[in-house]
Amino acid sequence: MAKNSKVIEREEVVIRFSGDSGDGMQLTGTLFSDTAALFGNDLSTFPDYPAEIRAPQGTVGGVSGFQVHLGHSEIYTPGDYSDVLVAMNPAALKANAKWVKPGGTIIYDSNNFSDKNIEKAGYKSDPIAEENLSGYNIIAAPISQMVRDALKDFGLDPKSVLRTKNMFALGMVYWLFSRKLIYTEQYFDKKFAKKPEIAEANKVALRAGYYYAETIEALSPVIKVEPAQIAKGVYRNICGNTATAWGLLAAAEKAGLNLFIGSYPITPATGILEELAARKDLGVKSFQAEDEIAGICTALGASFAGNLAVTSTSGPGLALKSEAIGLAVMAELPIVIVNVQRGGPSTGLPTKTEQADLMQALYGRNGECPVVVIAASTPHDCFKYAFEAARIALEHMTPVILLTDGYLANGTEPWKIPSMKDLPEIKPPIADPKEIPFMPYKRDSETLVRSWAIPGTPGLEHRIGGLEKTIKGTVSYIPENHELMVKMRAGKVAKVADKIPDLKVWGEDSGDLLVIGWGGTRGYLMTAVSELQAEGYRVSLAHFNYINPMPLNVADVFGKFSKRVVAELNLGQFADYLRMKHSEFSYRQINKVQGLPFTIREIKESCIKILEEK
Amino acid sequence: MEEPQTLKYTPKDFKSDQEVRWCPGCGDHAVLNSIQKALTDLGIPKEKFAFISGIGCSSRFPYYMDTYGFHGIHGRAAAIATGVKTVNPELSVWDITGDGDALAIGGNHFIHSIRRNIDINIILFNNEIYGLTKGQYSPTSNRGLVTKTSPFGTVEEPFSVGELVVGAKGKFFARTVDSNVALSTQIYIEAATHKGASVVEVLQNCVIFNDGIHEVVTGKEVREERTIILKHGEPMIFGKENDKGLILDGLKLRVVKLGENGFNEQNILVHDAHEPNPGIQYMLANMKYPDYPVALGVIRSVTDHTYESDVENQIKAIKKDSKIKCMDDLLMSGSTWTID
Repeated sequence: MAKNSKVIEREEVVIRFSGDSGDGMQLTGTLFSDTAALFGNDLSTFPDYPAEIRAPQGTVGGVSGFQVHLGHSEIYTPGDYSDVLVAMNPAALKANAKWVKPGGTIIYDSNNFSDKNIEKAGYKSDPIAEENLSGYNIIAAPISQMVRDALKDFGLDPKSVLRTKNMFALGMVYWLFSRKLIYTEQYFDKKFAKKPEIAEANKVALRAGYYYAETIEALSPVIKVEPAQIAKGVYRNICGNTATAWGLLAAAEKAGLNLFIGSYPITPATGILEELAARKDLGVKSFQAEDEIAGICTALGASFAGNLAVTSTSGPGLALKSEAIGLAVMAELPIVIVNVQRGGPSTGLPTKTEQADLMQALYGRNGECPVVVIAASTPHDCFKYAFEAARIALEHMTPVILLTDGYLANGTEPWKIPSMKDLPEIKPPIADPKEIPFMPYKRDSETLVRSWAIPGTPGLEHRIGGLEKTIKGTVSYIPENHELMVKMRAGKVAKVADKIPDLKVWGEDSGDLLVIGWGGTRGYLMTAVSELQAEGYRVSLAHFNYINPMPLNVADVFGKFSKRVVAELNLGQFADYLRMKHSEFSYRQINKVQGLPFTIREIKESCIKILEEK
Repeated sequence: MEEPQTLKYTPKDFKSDQEVRWCPGCGDHAVLNSIQKALTDLGIPKEKFAFISGIGCSSRFPYYMDTYGFHGIHGRAAAIATGVKTVNPELSVWDITGDGDALAIGGNHFIHSIRRNIDINIILFNNEIYGLTKGQYSPTSNRGLVTKTSPFGTVEEPFSVGELVVGAKGKFFARTVDSNVALSTQIYIEAATHKGASVVEVLQNCVIFNDGIHEVVTGKEVREERTIILKHGEPMIFGKENDKGLILDGLKLRVVKLGENGFNEQNILVHDAHEPNPGIQYMLANMKYPDYPVALGVIRSVTDHTYESDVENQIKAIKKDSKIKCMDDLLMSGSTWTID
């Protein structure tokens, strides 16, 4: 196939499929990613869709996109600037033109660039001229017309015919990257097993696009991205929300407990509730609550009754749960609160990403109310950190807030499937039924953890609650007792630091600049830092997953660099936290609050500027 | 496992070592006694009781019970209790709440736990006032009530608990008076035995901030004339001389005197608490003095699906058919590929 074309080899490439929210771009991107993964590329994807289910057709607000970054080497991010943009209408071009690399390829459906659509997208006359795209490889493909021609004998209604446009575009992209059609064809055979004519129509459109690309030659040279060197094993694609749900399930199995989730639907966290609701086969009890507060309160009830209890939410929901998190702190019950962060404050940017809930997670409660806060950093390590959140909650009898974000939640990447036997056991401190009378706030002298007496156990009847108590569980207003209990609860959380791994440095462990990050920005920071390293800069990265408490070696790591910069998607919350916790160091900042991830370029530019400062 | 014959509890077995701190003369003391008495009759081992509460005077209740107990936050007891019962249906779960806790700040959880028909017993202490915050009007205070936050009288319409329960598709509603220990004990037993969400409204007296609010119907001198104790299958007769009854007159209930205008026992309505159609029960729950006697006893008790058992059954059925039996199965399910 494509023998006569020139072929160029690339280490990595970014492709963005973009169209109206009804154009099937999410499916197109997913099918492309699956084919790339089966070919052996490493990859990372990100869907970018509007909050409106069907925003007005043809408008920039209604553009839905799906970006795939694939490579011969390891891929850490879904990429920022794309090599290839597929734009199904003028609005898609309008929304994405500035994100195409100079000289990149833009494929668009010329039939859809009518005067009306051009105007709807906010262009005056010629979008290509207005975007100043003369240096780009522009392919004006009459996609709508060609699917009509290709499917004219199918007897399908015009709407169904046009629905295959995305497959025509996908076919063109497959040719450009010299990919096989077989996996996508198999998908249609399976998906439309009962409607073979629809399966066939999609396959015909896919092949028509492939051959069209071959014929016009304008697309050449073919871009080859060889398979990556990937560790042996069985792989699957996974998104952050599914990985989070599965990490919690794995923890329940390792702890020998049932899993309960009480949640209220909220973007972009709903996927966790949906995934766990589907897992009745593993005994999950999922509860769609009447509100966010009932979500956490039912979970607290479940925790009191001996389950691994979870509630999942996003920023506004975390605000509503604050009082109940305080109750969990006071009652010293294990619970995992997953906050899939989105742009805030208030309703903010529900479908976009941000890291601005850090202070809320750390401090957003009344009273002295410490909880463990940890953050996941890639879609697949949501599994690891959800498992960790549950382990810490159960073994330390404390609420744990797990921070992910909209970007991790919806982004996917290949994941080497772990085996359950390789995960650590989780041992919750279940109370000894012989220890009568049970004292709810008696603590382990080393960890300060209380034990967990489950209702139904004879002899261990006891009362807990939001009022301050003595060790025995008696309500107490004695001033000294309150102070003692406040310190005990704080000490218990602080001692979690003994049970977490050290902070690691990516790169040399000393140098001119240490880039400090946390949570979902890791891929971008790693890519930027490794590029800087390759250019000869003495730059390293320290990326945090454990935020409260922090690893014990933070000062050792920070002290070996002449400058430190904290990069985060907010106005500097982690930087301020570090200034408070490690005031012996000074910190510069790189911040962005646009509902978007960093770009590699902006991180590198900021780092170089800081390095050049006297 | 259970050996009911060995479960010979006395009310004392359910008393905790905590000093009861309600005001002397508060109706809560009698409620505590009645519930402790009722528990001895249920044949349920002590460790299987869980008392959950929110915030308010009544919500201190769990501390005085030698059972598992969880004193929660304002309004949320029904949600916490729902979590407890969902994960362990074997527990007898009680939600102790008040008119402010259940109907104001916790209104949402109240109606939704009733709608789901989860098998918890909601005991709602209704004193028509906020006691713990020292005397503000509540969602059940009568229009015009003068309180610290309504110095010129409230201009709000109160909730009727029974009406709300029926509106939320409730299957069990009963009403009792705090001081009537015999009636209360019987009602608590029925509430506990009923499968599904049971709501018991207790006309409870706050001696400090709303003293005597129910006295006009529950006072010793007047109660027989101004209340009616409903019993399933028995005619709706009341009065000191058992000389009054309720009939259906068109679409309304009407009080008639037996032996007058041709009314005798045959004309009197017979109480059917098990009737799924709540029409008559709704009217009974809403009867107000002076037009009607206030209804006490079990007004509605209808058997239906319960949330926690439907959840269990669904899980059982899906477990049986699913190929995924453990996490390793799940991890390897769906599309995977191997790198050699």
